[in-house]
Amino acid sequence: MKAAPFAYMHPESLEQALEALTQHGADAKLIAGGQSLVPMMAIRLTRPACLVDVNRLPELRGITAAGPQHLRTGATTRQRDLQEHLELARLVPLIGAALHWVGHVQTRNRGTVGGSLVHADPAAELPLAALLLNARIHLRSQAMGERTVQASDFFISPMFTATGETECVTAIEWPVWDGPGIACAFEETATRQGDFAIAAAACQLQLDAAGICRRAAVGLGGMAGTPLAFPDLAGKLVGQRVTRAPARDIAEVAVRRTDPGSDLHADPEYRRHLAAVLLTRVLLRAAATAAPALVA
Amino acid sequence: MTQGPATPAAPAHATVAITVNGRLHHRTVEPRTTLVDFLRETLGLTGSHVGCEHDVCGACAVLLDGDPVRACCIFAVQADGMSVTTVEGLAPERGEFSALQDAFCEAHALQCGYCTPGMLIACHDLLARNPNPDEEAIREAIGGNLCRCTGYQQIVDAVELAAAGKVAVHG
Ligand code: FES
Ligand code: FES
Repeated sequence: MKAAPFAYMHPESLEQALEALTQHGADAKLIAGGQSLVPMMAIRLTRPACLVDVNRLPELRGITAAGPQHLRTGATTRQRDLQEHLELARLVPLIGAALHWVGHVQTRNRGTVGGSLVHADPAAELPLAALLLNARIHLRSQAMGERTVQASDFFISPMFTATGETECVTAIEWPVWDGPGIACAFEETATRQGDFAIAAAACQLQLDAAGICRRAAVGLGGMAGTPLAFPDLAGKLVGQRVTRAPARDIAEVAVRRTDPGSDLHADPEYRRHLAAVLLTRVLLRAAATAAPALVA
Repeated sequence: MTQGPATPAAPAHATVAITVNGRLHHRTVEPRTTLVDFLRETLGLTGSHVGCEHDVCGACAVLLDGDPVRACCIFAVQADGMSVTTVEGLAPERGEFSALQDAFCEAHALQCGYCTPGMLIACHDLLARNPNPDEEAIREAIGGNLCRCTGYQQIVDAVELAAAGKVAVHG
């Protein structure tokens, strides 16, 4: 189907874009990569009266260091550019691990990091990565100025985030874990690679020289109305070796806290089973990568 | 009832300047016209196909400033000032085929042909970046393109054939 008619604006500065949002409120919608919004417009799930195109605003684009502890990705940085950025791959490897599962070359050439987060599909990969690391999301509007929201407060329900009607996500700051022995893993099952996950699991670990876990983050995607992180369960891994038994225990507890939906592809019980398998697998894989000699 | 913010005025038409296969076109479009409809209906370039029209099948793929994208998910107004290559632009001359297109014939990489323009764009981009792709790289490159006929194997074969440079020339 074709999108309903709309007015198109292509502001030349972020200020102009925010002005348009202030003026048109709920009638206006920001468009960046359009890989979620345009299909929704085509099937008339949404029909904004006005599209405000932020693709050409350089201030929203790019990957830069934000102090020693964070890496900043501008909201409209394309997924493909994230994937090909060597420094990003070194500092926040979880982004690349997640992007491996995101869409296809043709969609990653357009799709943006900020777009993935604000679209907030509960089964999408970048929101899970952002939540797992508790990234900081920068928002701006004329009414509220600049504010930041932690990923843990950002995802509210399917396709609904803390972003206000007149706000624009401007950047995402990803925490950089530093030191030796850090590894992450991301796994999912989908009907074809690149589609949204039936279930997804991710983790990031830091092991010391003796193979003891010093820091951990674990999470699941596609298992509730938002991605889920389990800081308390991750905390239980700290101080021990990440072997099959504790990994399996954590996965079993985690999936009991999920609330997966049912559809053509999988019922909730199957999704929980799948998520437990995937979560166990990512923990063991990350541990093996972080301290290969010790785990093998 | 309180007065909401002013609704934007009726969608005006916009003028765009888009280079397609090396030729600059100035046209007036409605904002909701997708790039693929612009190519097919405004310019008459019907090589790019419309399958799903919502970002699933890849039949509409074109190169936008050199990168493969789905032309059903970009509005023509957004491509103003940009350069597009469609399947019609892959051949060196009118009436000729590129080596990849010849390989598609040779390996029977198409049956109904509906997916073919998107497949050719995806594979052309792959070979431009990676002249010797292995099977995994080929399957990854066409992962966003649905084919309901070939079962994909012949498409993979065709790309391997083109990469190996062993293609008979068809006319
Ligand atoms: S027509 Fe564009 S992806 Fe199907
Ligand atoms: S040849 Fe028919 S869809 Fe691919």
